[in-house]
Amino acid sequence: MLAQTDGSFWMPTAGSTAAEEVDLLFDVIFWISAFFFTLIVALMVLFIIRYRRRVGRKAEKMATHNLALEITWSIIPLILVIVIFYVGMKSFLAMATPPEDAYRIDVEGQKWSWMFIYPNGHVDSELHVPVDTDVQLTLTSLDVIHSFYIPAFRLKRDAVPGRYSKMYFRATQAGEYTVFCAEYCGTGHSDMLSTCVVHPPGEFELWLESADPLKKLTDEQYQAYLTDPDAFIAANPEIKGLETPVDIGRKLYTKKGCAQCHSVDGSAATGPTFKGVFGKSHQMTGGSMVVADENYIRESMLNPNANVVAGYQAVMPTYQGRLKDREITALVAYIRSLGDEGD
Amino acid sequence: MTTSDTTIAAGSAPEAESPSDGNYLNHAHGIRSWIFTLDHKRIGVMYLVSVVAALLLGGVFAMLVRTELLTPGKTIMEADTYNKMFTLHGAVMIFLFIIPSIPAALGNFVLPIMLGAKDVAFPRLNLFSYYLYVVGALLALLAIVTGGVDTGWTFYTPYSTTTSTSVIAVTLGAFVLGFSSIFTGLNFIVTIHRLRPPGMNWFRMPLFLWALYATSIIQILATPVLGITLILLILERTLGVGIFDPALGGDPVLFQHFFWFYSHPAVYIMILPAMGIVSELVSVFSHKHIFGYKFIAYSSIAIAILGFLVWGHHMFTSGQSAVANVIFSALTFSVSIPSAIKVFNWLTTMYKGSISLETPMCYALSFIFMFGIGGLTGLFLGALATDIHLHDTYFVVAHFHYTMMGGTFIAFVGGLHYWWPKITGRMYSEFWGRIACLTVFIGFNATFFAQFVMGSRGMPRRYYNYLDEYQPYHVFSTIGSYLLAVGLILTAVYLIHSLFRGRRAPANPWGGASLEWHCSSPPPHDNFAEQPTVGDCYDFSGLRYDPEIRGYVSDQGRDS
Repeated sequence: MLAQTDGSFWMPTAGSTAAEEVDLLFDVIFWISAFFFTLIVALMVLFIIRYRRRVGRKAEKMATHNLALEITWSIIPLILVIVIFYVGMKSFLAMATPPEDAYRIDVEGQKWSWMFIYPNGHVDSELHVPVDTDVQLTLTSLDVIHSFYIPAFRLKRDAVPGRYSKMYFRATQAGEYTVFCAEYCGTGHSDMLSTCVVHPPGEFELWLESADPLKKLTDEQYQAYLTDPDAFIAANPEIKGLETPVDIGRKLYTKKGCAQCHSVDGSAATGPTFKGVFGKSHQMTGGSMVVADENYIRESMLNPNANVVAGYQAVMPTYQGRLKDREITALVAYIRSLGDEGD
Repeated sequence: MTTSDTTIAAGSAPEAESPSDGNYLNHAHGIRSWIFTLDHKRIGVMYLVSVVAALLLGGVFAMLVRTELLTPGKTIMEADTYNKMFTLHGAVMIFLFIIPSIPAALGNFVLPIMLGAKDVAFPRLNLFSYYLYVVGALLALLAIVTGGVDTGWTFYTPYSTTTSTSVIAVTLGAFVLGFSSIFTGLNFIVTIHRLRPPGMNWFRMPLFLWALYATSIIQILATPVLGITLILLILERTLGVGIFDPALGGDPVLFQHFFWFYSHPAVYIMILPAMGIVSELVSVFSHKHIFGYKFIAYSSIAIAILGFLVWGHHMFTSGQSAVANVIFSALTFSVSIPSAIKVFNWLTTMYKGSISLETPMCYALSFIFMFGIGGLTGLFLGALATDIHLHDTYFVVAHFHYTMMGGTFIAFVGGLHYWWPKITGRMYSEFWGRIACLTVFIGFNATFFAQFVMGSRGMPRRYYNYLDEYQPYHVFSTIGSYLLAVGLILTAVYLIHSLFRGRRAPANPWGGASLEWHCSSPPPHDNFAEQPTVGDCYDFSGLRYDPEIRGYVSDQGRDS
């Protein structure tokens, strides 16, 4: 995420219209604070030196109160904080009010991944937006409170279960920006990252079109595709983004958030690894043995807690309604390609 | 030690009684005389030992957290363990250390004597408050040994209603501790209203008492709200009531309103007594009358009241309405003004004073520096636009450590050093005191300043794993924390050493003019043999330094 590391001493790169306003306010508060802090510390040090205790010298008698002084040093800070409050309010209201025609994307947070649902129904684990376009995110959570945070945009809103919250931004430069979860949500809180990809003009539409290639196939085409994927792809170059089921499955493995909990290199994580598991018999909690075939893999996506592999917690959320049949087929193909009974 | 000017008045009787005379420590012997004591001084000492033990426990959790954060990913523990470490660090430090620290450990000891009374209004209730603290602490320990808690000290729902860790034990502990806090506050309010001796009217009271009074108001009004909230949380976990969990028809944000309605005023419970101590220290060690007494006194009351109106500034991103956000932001800025007033009055107190840099004063000056940073960084967080970016990042973590630790804790240590001779009858080593203060100062700033930058650059809080770009900040911060720990361990060593080898303390080692410096160090069981005469507790003109006893005595040569 190169874009994250640019910026100034205090801030990451400024990637949105809100960022510019927030950074300006931050600087204003910073310099006011630096001024008063320096003043206070300088006076303190000055007094320690100038008025240090010496033999033969007592504290000078002086007034023990002064109303004019009290009022002065109450009013001046009061005026300054009123200014800070006002600017903070205006900038906030600007970023909190999405324009009517903003491009809408739904966001669902869950332990521990983000899902983005685009207007055409495409579901992705990355947030893609066009540059210089008003975007409204509607956030919710499927379990506990999460918080959607893009530091480069200076934006954050909690994703609360049982309600929808809105967030609006306008990205100002193309690039990739880190998305964090900013409300503690358990074991995988610090791994609940995503990426916001800001596309240069014209490229977002291309990306969205090729994002869901399986969706575009009619049932007949789909059967032909399954029979001989390479031939079908070569024969139909106009269907953008179409790849073999294994390759699509590999992409879905990341896009759908499976990678959060399942590795493909053999290491155990929150969930079992996918490497070398297909077609083999595995022990479930409760003792029964189950073969990890197509049916088991499908069941694990749609009803994950029916048969949980022994040694793992029953924490996988269901993908019922969030994975199309064709996507499940692609994922199964990919998992199978990671090693089956032949290996 | 610096010397004073005038000659020793002939025939003046030293005010310190010899150590073999009766004092509250040797008044009665045996463990039962402590467990069943009604003496506010002994209760204060028991609290002191207890809160320092809690500080040590919370500090161990902190060192484990900082060590784990040396590298992204696993360093010394798994994610689940880390989440429990930061939760327990917060819960132990807040409920078992910081909230009781100044009021219960120092306030219990000092308040009646400073007021001119023999004890608090309700000594039995005072002892009961201590027992409640112990029960609460045991419940927290139970939570720790039964697997810990991983919700964060804020217990946000529905995570806290659904996680399998020991939430009920720790929330029950906090519930019981809340009553300890409430009863202490109640006791102090009644004591200040009813047990002032003749002549001690409100505006003759030392500012530490005004601070404790304002704190006590918050304690009795706010703490019950936390108690009820935690009970509701426990009911939801055990009976599935559905107040907060949306799966049961509840509202998770409601929990946040209830929780912060107490927990924001709670931070003023923490800071007001600390500011009271600083008022005493700055005046005494500048050997000059406090400037702006009434404004400082009223500012404590103002902070107590305004502190109840700003809880929503912890929830700017929660989804509460824009109108609520705007109102809470505006009110939040109002609280900053009384705090600023105090700082300016302290500086003016130092102006044209005669400033000596004994250890308590070093801590008071550290407070002004560090609370200055803590308070000013609150401006970034009170402003809506910047808070949206900074909320739930390390910027907030740095802000509250600067205010709670650089503020309250530093003032606690300063007050501990200030009243140490009075409580223990011993002087500690000034040399090591100042070295340790400097070490703590450097270590603290190294630990936490880097966290401001990390936070504004986007590093979220409560993160076990983190992006590589943040590692330099984490390493710097962790090394700072080791230095901070060294400073604090050093402090413990020389303070404990003073108990055995410290020079016997005179009645008035620092030249204070409030009533606690009129009785011996340590005080007698009854505090005062006769009702003391109340004067201006910030008028130091009647005191001079006596090098023979290395303490201050009355200038006219007569005992006060």
